[in-house]
Amino acid sequence: MSPHGNPDAPASAATEINREAPKASPAPQEHHDRSAWGLWEVFVRSSRGLSHVHAGSLHAPDAAMALRNARDLYTRRNEGVSIWVVPADAIAASDPDSKGSFFESPQGKDYRHATYYTKSEGVKHL
Amino acid sequence: MSTAHTNPETTTGHGDISTGVAGGDSNASATRITPGNALRPEDIALEVRTGLVKPSGDIAEYALRLGDDALILAQRLGHWISRAPELEEDIALGNIALDQLGHARSFLTYAGAAMTNDDGSARSEDDLAYFRREHEFRSVQLFEQPNGDFAATIARQFVVSIYQYLLYRRLTESTDETLAAIAAKAVKEVDYHRDHSAQWVLRLAGGTEESRKRMVHGLRTMWPYVGELFRDDDLTQRLAEAGAAVAPSSLKEDFDRLAGEILSEAELEVPDVPAAPGGGRHGKHSEHLGYILAEMQVLAREHPGASW
Repeated sequence: MSPHGNPDAPASAATEINREAPKASPAPQEHHDRSAWGLWEVFVRSSRGLSHVHAGSLHAPDAAMALRNARDLYTRRNEGVSIWVVPADAIAASDPDSKGSFFESPQGKDYRHATYYTKSEGVKHL
Repeated sequence: MSTAHTNPETTTGHGDISTGVAGGDSNASATRITPGNALRPEDIALEVRTGLVKPSGDIAEYALRLGDDALILAQRLGHWISRAPELEEDIALGNIALDQLGHARSFLTYAGAAMTNDDGSARSEDDLAYFRREHEFRSVQLFEQPNGDFAATIARQFVVSIYQYLLYRRLTESTDETLAAIAAKAVKEVDYHRDHSAQWVLRLAGGTEESRKRMVHGLRTMWPYVGELFRDDDLTQRLAEAGAAVAPSSLKEDFDRLAGEILSEAELEVPDVPAAPGGGRHGKHSEHLGYILAEMQVLAREHPGASW
C-alpha cells in the first residue's frame, strides 16, 4: 500500500531498478521514466579542506531536484558547505561476497607500512 | 543593523556548540552539526524585554501584517507533513513552513512590544498568534487559500516566495533596525523558497498532460489574490515615506518580471482572471481563515498557559 506515493509507480520501483543494475556500472543515465523517481547517493562536505563524505541517499526526479532534496534532508542542522549527488546506479561497488580475494592480500604485509623500517642513522625530520 | 544584531555574543547567547568530532576528523565531517549564528526570535524577545527596542504603533502594525502572512502560510504548509507526494517533498515543504514560522515569530514578537493585553501585561508572540480573533488578523487573503492539490500549493508558493523575496530584499534597507535585521535573515531563506517553487512550476508544466493541467489550474486558483499583495494604504504610505517600510505597489513591476520569466520558460500564460476584493490587511478574510485559526488555536485556548 502506498497511500501518499506516486500512484503511477510502486514505492519500491527505484530500489528495484538499482538492484538490477549491473555491477560494472554504465555511464550515468538520465531517468527518462518520469513516473519513477530514481535513487541518488548524497555526499556532504562539512567545511573547506575536508572531503565529501557519504551522508545517505534519497529519491529525486532529476539531478537538479536531487541537489535540492539533499539540501533539505541532509543539511538541516548546518552540516554542510558543499553537496554532491550521484545516481545510485552510476556507482560501481566491490562485491561483498569476494571480500577475501579482494582485501586479503594487504593483510600481514608489514613492509608496506613506514613503521616497518628502521630509521637510518643521521636522517633528520622523519 | 544595530550593534545588538551584529554582535554574535548578544544575538545568540551561545558560542559555537558544535557537536560531533570537530577539527580535521574527516570521518566525522558528515555528521558535524552547529546551530550557526543568526538572528533568532528569542534575541528579539530579549531586546523587547530589556527595553532595547520598542516599535512605534505604525511599525508594530506593519510588523503584525508581515508576521500574520508568514504565520498563516506556515500553518497551511505544515498540513503537508506526511501528505506530500514523496518523503523528500514532505521535508522540503516542512522546512519552508519552519522558515516561515521563524519569520512570523520574529515579526510578531517585535509587533507585540508596542501592545498590551487587557490585563496590562506585554503582548507576546503567543498572545498574538493564539488569542486574537479572525478580524484581528492582518494577513492578505492569498496566504489563507487552501492547499488544494500539490500544484495549487506550488502555485501559491510561487507567488508568495517571489513577493516575499522582493519585499524582504528591500526591507533590509529599512530605517527601522529590527525590521531590517529580520528581513536580512529572512531574505536568504525565501530566496530558496523561490527556487524550490520555480523548479516545481517548470517540472509540473513540462511533465505529463495531467501535471500541466493541474499547474495551470493551480495558478488560476491563486491568481485572483495576487493583486492584494501590491495594494498601498495609509499605513504603508506613511511608513514608506519615512523609509521604514516598502510600498507594496513598488514591488509590482519586479514581481511581474520575475514571475513572467519563469512562466514563459514553463510555456505558461499569466492567468487572466478577475481580482478578488481582498481586504485582509484590514481584517476582512475569506471563509478559510476561520478554520485555520480554529485548528491552530484550539490547544492554546483549551489549556491556557500549558507547556510541553
